[in-house]
Amino acid sequence: MNGISGVLAVKGPVAAGRPRMPAWRGHLHGSDLTWSILFIVPYAALFAAFVIYPIGYALWMGSDPALYAELLSDPRYLRAAVNTVLFVGLAVNLQMILALLLSGFFMRRRRWIRALLVIYILPWTLPAVPAYLSFHWMFVAYPQGLPNNLLERLFGIEGPFWFDQRWLALACDIAANVWKWMPLWTLALLGGRMSIPQDLYDAADVDGASLYQRFAYITVPLLANLYLISTLVSTIWTFGDYAPVLFVSGGSPAFGSEVVSTLGFHYALDYANPPLAVAAGLSVLPLLIPAVILLMHRLKSTEVQL
Amino acid sequence: MIPALFPTRQQRPARYRIRRIAIEAGSVVLGATILIWSLIPVYNMFLIAVDPTGHNEFTWEIWPSQATLHAFIALWTGDVEDVRDVWPQFGNSIYIGVFVMGFTVLISSLVSFAIGRMHLARSWMLTNTALLTYILPSSTLIIPFQRVMHAYGLLDNPWAAIAAEVTFATPYAILVLLHTAKLIPIELDDAARIDGASVVQLYLRIYVPLMAPALAAVGAYALLFAWNDYFYQYMLLMSERNTTVAMALEQFFDDDDAPWNYMMAIAILYSLPPIAIFYALRRYMAAGLTAGGTSG
Repeated sequence: MNGISGVLAVKGPVAAGRPRMPAWRGHLHGSDLTWSILFIVPYAALFAAFVIYPIGYALWMGSDPALYAELLSDPRYLRAAVNTVLFVGLAVNLQMILALLLSGFFMRRRRWIRALLVIYILPWTLPAVPAYLSFHWMFVAYPQGLPNNLLERLFGIEGPFWFDQRWLALACDIAANVWKWMPLWTLALLGGRMSIPQDLYDAADVDGASLYQRFAYITVPLLANLYLISTLVSTIWTFGDYAPVLFVSGGSPAFGSEVVSTLGFHYALDYANPPLAVAAGLSVLPLLIPAVILLMHRLKSTEVQL
Repeated sequence: MIPALFPTRQQRPARYRIRRIAIEAGSVVLGATILIWSLIPVYNMFLIAVDPTGHNEFTWEIWPSQATLHAFIALWTGDVEDVRDVWPQFGNSIYIGVFVMGFTVLISSLVSFAIGRMHLARSWMLTNTALLTYILPSSTLIIPFQRVMHAYGLLDNPWAAIAAEVTFATPYAILVLLHTAKLIPIELDDAARIDGASVVQLYLRIYVPLMAPALAAVGAYALLFAWNDYFYQYMLLMSERNTTVAMALEQFFDDDDAPWNYMMAIAILYSLPPIAIFYALRRYMAAGLTAGGTSG
């Protein structure tokens, strides 16, 4: 569990790894260098063939400014852009905040809570397509689907057609995404919490700190870095995550809940206009590039801390 | 009788007891909510799979009285036209998944060894380069990817999907392994070197055995990645011969009259391998995840 210690912003026993080596160690002999390069070659080949070439190809395909004018004049694109920001913003923050709180719940030392954790990670291990299809069939059945049935029985409310309204459909997609990925981040933050030294909490107890104070003044500052890194990774992944929208709401009603990545599919497949699809994808770069750079920066500064 | 120096449980002020009861009650309610939230979609899959006609209405029978394993048996005997190809499709998914797992583990362990254990100068630049893979949304990259695969002559070849999935799984795997590798004292390598160990021996005799749990975690993660993927398989594999389970499930989705019970039965079978592997490797997964959570 001490794998986490690297990102905890504590100095002292938890953060003490091996002594920091200088960036360049003089003893890298000729044969060592050769071996290092040999070890890196398979990945370098993979990277050149399947990352550099396709990314270069994408930039070339999307280099025509007219494509972006075409995108901006398409109301479906504008709607999808708003949806993308909402989808990523809400899904990522919801799952991260809930994961932060739930990781505290799973810290409780009870047998039944341990058992519950095993069930709780089930959504994460379930493959995306079957899981999201199940969401789809659950919401699409009217009026007898499971959620509508529960609403009717428990609250006497007649459930809506979930995919007939843009915001409801988008909410279903967000719920499905949160359902699938929250367990991963809960486990990551749980690992982080476990490596916070118990003495800190004991000391806080002696000082009469309340639950809220323990959370706000010990847990939050120590988990901040891990939380930020997890949020960035989650953001980067969610931008490329087409599956909830494609399989849960299917973009209905009439492109209403489409996000940029799924709209790209329609441009590429239904309208046979792949360059437009690439341009749509490239249009999220202003949001994605800062996230990637910040992630690189955090990872590097974390390494320096070790 | 020893006089109580400190108040015992009974003597504490009542508000503490009330608070503790409230916390217990709260966690039971929260636990029940988590249980229902996690299981409802899974339960829904099960309900549709055991329904004789695959209806997705919910009738408040927790265990449906008409439950039948008909859909699963039909998959086994291959009596139904719609699902005749399901076993070759499983074969394709497993073929892709196993190679994605193997190559991700191999490539990421080699790179993380070189970066983490060989004192390369500015090795963080390599890590950052790997992260560049994520600079374009993977759903966008598929379009040029398809053209590139065409140029390589790999279109409609399972190896195209394998290459794509290894490409996207490896950067994350490298981050996880790099972080775990820091926990193994570098002095082990130095000592082995003094005894005359070669670089390959360091990798095979020290790095791989000590990293085995993290490698297992990364492998399971890569398998899940391949299992989650749909779009790369759909865009890169066209012929019926190469259809995977994920692609077959999507074809059901497009068809309103599709026999949903068969679809859900396939979905449940498809979900079993990653679940089995995750729970079998549960202990290792936790360790790997922690590292994964910290570094990416």
